[in-house]
Amino acid sequence: MTETTLSHPGNREPTVFTQEQLGWVPWLEPFPADQLTERHWAGLVDASRAKSPYFLLLARDPDVLQARTKTDKDIFYNTSNGLLRAERELAATATSRSNGCIFCASVHSRFATQYSKRGTDVQRLLDEGVEVDIDSRWNAIIEASVTLTATPLAFGDEQIKALRTAGLDDLEIVDVINGAAFFNWANRLMLSLGEPSPPSET
Amino acid sequence: MSIIISDIIDHLAGIQPGSSLDRLRDQRPQARENAQKSYLALFEPEFPGDVTALERYAVATFVAGLHRQPHVTDFYAANLQTLGSPEIAAAIEAEIAQGVTEGPYGRYPPGPLTVEDVVGPDYQVSADHKESLGARLAAGLEHAHLLVFRPRDASPAALQKLLDAGWSTTDIVTLSQLVSFLSFQIRVVAGLRTLAGASSVQTTDAEFTQIFTGVLASGAV
Repeated sequence: MTETTLSHPGNREPTVFTQEQLGWVPWLEPFPADQLTERHWAGLVDASRAKSPYFLLLARDPDVLQARTKTDKDIFYNTSNGLLRAERELAATATSRSNGCIFCASVHSRFATQYSKRGTDVQRLLDEGVEVDIDSRWNAIIEASVTLTATPLAFGDEQIKALRTAGLDDLEIVDVINGAAFFNWANRLMLSLGEPSPPSET
Repeated sequence: MSIIISDIIDHLAGIQPGSSLDRLRDQRPQARENAQKSYLALFEPEFPGDVTALERYAVATFVAGLHRQPHVTDFYAANLQTLGSPEIAAAIEAEIAQGVTEGPYGRYPPGPLTVEDVVGPDYQVSADHKESLGARLAAGLEHAHLLVFRPRDASPAALQKLLDAGWSTTDIVTLSQLVSFLSFQIRVVAGLRTLAGASSVQTTDAEFTQIFTGVLASGAV
């Protein structure tokens, strides 16, 4: 069987960070939706994800996909305690801005705005980049996410101190670490297996 | 390995049962359990497909080495050595030394973000090691370097190189997950170690115990 990459010559790839809803097109053939087995459905976790070329492509290794998705959900959706959802989304946005994942940044900046009601501040992070000066708490979360994203890591005592000074307790700091770390996983998949497409072309 | 490790992140971060970090991690039980399941699905897969254990541990050792995280690198390197190939282990060690740089760098699609483009090395496995590692594993390492340091430079052409070197579409998904998962695991481990070190949070790290025991033995206390 000869396998090949997929190209999308007609796609106009977005060239700026945006909070708009973008599409995403794969560079490799997704798993055929009509051949999904029970194990694939378990990997997709939510049946609705079978409509996404991204998740169908990842479904080629369904056990990893399932564990990935469940890790993601608990880090971001388990808000019974710890960091506010808005600030977890801020960590995801800052990480995506730093790695350069325009697609991931679009999704999570939208969530950051939705949960914080601070769309202007979120947009400044996208427009000005990770050096933006917002307020001490958001700056500390952005700085922690960016230093965690650097390779080798630049996250150290200084960042922990800034998070504590901004009022974060240790559980909230663990949520920042988990959120930024997880987006170093997600950004790499999104950036390397396909490309974003403009709004309305999904 | 003969030691049974129930939670690899705890093991690599030196988190002991009952410590504060153990209790904090327990506040996100699904994330904790599924980070472990991700590790198992990648390194002890029930359905391994066509990506070999040797390839998995060789790439993992390389990725951890590029991050300059000795605890994590030693762990994967030890596993690589048990697979019985000192030549490959030595080649990986040499390639880590060749590949280390600083990221993230790379280019954006041409446009307003072009001013933020950062140019950096386009890593290639050395000719000698390409021979000892084989074209397939060498291509896997080159792609791993791209994902670690400059994911925004990814392209269909980079994937085509993997296909040409014998990676199937499904193998590429597994390889991509492996490198991307490690990028997560390494950051959780390093982040928690930093928190433990900076903190009122109590940790019982074997290293601290060793140092303390050493100090006691020296009569300095």
